[in-house]
Amino acid sequence: MIFSRTLLKRHSVLPGFDLALGLALLYTSLIVLIPLSAAFLKTFTLTWQQFLDATTTPRVVASYRLTFGASFLAALLNAFFGLIVAWVLVRYRFPAKRLIDALVDLPFALPTAVAGIALTAIYAQNGLIGQWLPFKVSFTPLGVWVALVFIGLPFVVRTLQPVLDDLNRELEEAAATLGANRWQTFTKVIFPILMPALLTGFALAFARALGEYGSVIFIAGNMPMISEITPLLIITKLEQYDYAGATAIAVVMLVAAFLLLLVINLLQAWTRKRQGGL
Amino acid sequence: MPPTICFLRRAVLAVALTVTTVTPALAAGTTLLNVSYDVSREFYKDFNPVFAAHWKKTTGEDITLNQSHGGSSRQARSVADGLEADVITMNQANDIDILFERGKLVPQDWAKRLPNNSAPTTSVSVILVRKGNPKNIRDWSDLGRPGVGVIIPNPKTAGNGRYTYLAAWGAGIKAGLSPDAARALVTRIFANVPVLDGGGRGATTTFAQRNLGDALVTFESEAPLITKEFGDGFEVIYPSRTILAENPVSVVDKVVDRRGTRKQAEAYLQFLYSDAGQEIAARHNLRPRSEKVLARYSKAFPKVNTFTVDEVFGGWTQAQKEHFNDGGLYDQVIAAAKAR
Repeated sequence: MIFSRTLLKRHSVLPGFDLALGLALLYTSLIVLIPLSAAFLKTFTLTWQQFLDATTTPRVVASYRLTFGASFLAALLNAFFGLIVAWVLVRYRFPAKRLIDALVDLPFALPTAVAGIALTAIYAQNGLIGQWLPFKVSFTPLGVWVALVFIGLPFVVRTLQPVLDDLNRELEEAAATLGANRWQTFTKVIFPILMPALLTGFALAFARALGEYGSVIFIAGNMPMISEITPLLIITKLEQYDYAGATAIAVVMLVAAFLLLLVINLLQAWTRKRQGGL
Repeated sequence: MPPTICFLRRAVLAVALTVTTVTPALAAGTTLLNVSYDVSREFYKDFNPVFAAHWKKTTGEDITLNQSHGGSSRQARSVADGLEADVITMNQANDIDILFERGKLVPQDWAKRLPNNSAPTTSVSVILVRKGNPKNIRDWSDLGRPGVGVIIPNPKTAGNGRYTYLAAWGAGIKAGLSPDAARALVTRIFANVPVLDGGGRGATTTFAQRNLGDALVTFESEAPLITKEFGDGFEVIYPSRTILAENPVSVVDKVVDRRGTRKQAEAYLQFLYSDAGQEIAARHNLRPRSEKVLARYSKAFPKVNTFTVDEVFGGWTQAQKEHFNDGGLYDQVIAAAKAR
C-alpha cells in the first residue's frame, strides 16, 4: 500500500485505485494464474529426464511444428484478408452489409466441433469444394490450416474495425492535398495507424489457433508425424492417465506461446512509439 | 434432405452427443447416477424406466436414474476426479481399474463381484464393407492387402480403435502366428489406414459419408445403427476369429457408501443380468450373456469364434501398458506402417 501511495497515487486522478488494482489482481489470479500454476506444479512431479522424454520425442516435436506453423500461417492470412474485410465493412456501403458484418462473428459462436465437421464435409474429396480441388485438403495438414483460418478471422476483423472507424478522414485528405497518391496515402498514413491493431488481431488469432482442438480434430486425419496437433497429443496422454506427461507438453506450449505473444506485444509497443504515441 | 442440411444436422447431433448430459432429478426418492461411455446412451434410456418400474413394484420406493455419457476414458477420469457416480458402466475394464488405482474408489477385485467378469453384455469387432464386397474382404489378413483402405478410429483415443488393433493381433496369435508375424500383420493393416479419427462415430462418418476406405472396423452393436442412418450400402463381415469386447459394470463403493445408495446401485446392476435387462440389451444389438435370450436373437448374433483380452493379452492393464502407452508396441507399429 505504501508503494501505491507514494509512487502511484499521485498519477491517479480517479478514486478507488487500491480497490480496483486489488480486484484486478484477485480476478486474474483466480481465473488465469492459479489454474496455470497448477499445470506447472504437476510437471514438477516429473524428473528432468522424464520431462524431456515427454516433450522432445520426434512425434511431439512434429506436432509443435504443425501447430505453431499452421497457426502462424493461418493468422498471417487472416491479418491480410481480415484487413480487407474490416476495410470494406467500415468504408463502403452496400446491400446486406449488416448481414455480412454479423457473419464475421459466426466462428466465435459456432461450437468448434460443428465447424470442424462442416469443414471436413466440404473439403473432403467428395465434398462441395473438395471435389473440384486437384489436391487433398481434409485429412491433411492443409486441412488443419483451413480450420485455423476459419476460427481466427473474427479476431482480426473485430480488432481493426473500431480503429478504422475512428480513422480521421482529414488525414487522408491532407495527404492528398500534399500530393500523395493513393498508394502512398495508404502505406504512409493509414497503414502505420492500423499497425498496432493489426498486430493485436494477429496475436489473438494466432493464440486462439494454438489451443484449438475441437474443429481441427475432425479435419486433421490425425496421422502421427504428419497431421497430429499438439493438443491431440495432450489428450492422448490423458487417455493413458498420464497427467504429468500431458501437463509437461502443455507447459512447453504455454511457455512458447507466452514468449511469442510477448514479442508481438513488444513489437506493437514499438510501432506505437514510432508513430509518436498515437 | 439436401446434403448441406443433412451434414449440418448430423454435425449438431454429433456435438449434442459428445456433450455430457446429466438430466436433473425431478422426482423424490433415491437418485442414482450412472456414468457410462458414449454409445450406451440409447440402451440405458430404455433400460432405466424398466428398472425404475421394477424397483417401485418390489420395494415401493421411487427411484430416479440419471445418466452421463461421453468418451469412456474421459468419463472414468471425471469419476476418479470426484464426479459422484453411484455406478460406472464402461466398455473396457481398465477404465474401471483406474478407479482403484486413483483414490481406491472400488476394490481391486471389483470384476469378481458379478457374474461373467462383471460384464453383463458383450459385443464383437466386425468388418463393415461396401455392398457386394468389391474388394473381397473376408478376414483380418485381407485388410493388410495392398490397395485396401481401412478406416479405424485412433487407438490412442478410442476404445473401439484399441479393440480393433487387439482383435487383429489376437486373431493372428490364435491362428498360430508368432508374435512377430502377428505384429507384421497389424503393421500391414495400419499401413492401409488413411485417417485415424478421434472416436468410433467419427470413423463411421468418414467411412459411410465421406466415402473413404473399403472397410470399417467397428463393434457389431454399431453396424445396424450405421445401416439405419446411412442406408443399406454396407455388409457386415465376421472374421474367422475376433475379439470379445466385454462391457464391465461396477458400483463405485466410496460414493454409494457415502450416499447410502449401495442397495439400489447393486440392484440396478443385478437387473442388467435379469431376463428383462438382457432382452433390452439384445434389442440394442449388445450380445446378452443369457443363453436363453441369446437363442431368441440368434439371427442377429451369429456364432463367432472369439477370444478375450484376458486370454491373449493378460488383461487390459497389461495390454494398455504393453501396447498403447507411449513408446509401446502400437507406437512402433504405426511408425513402421508410416515408413512403408
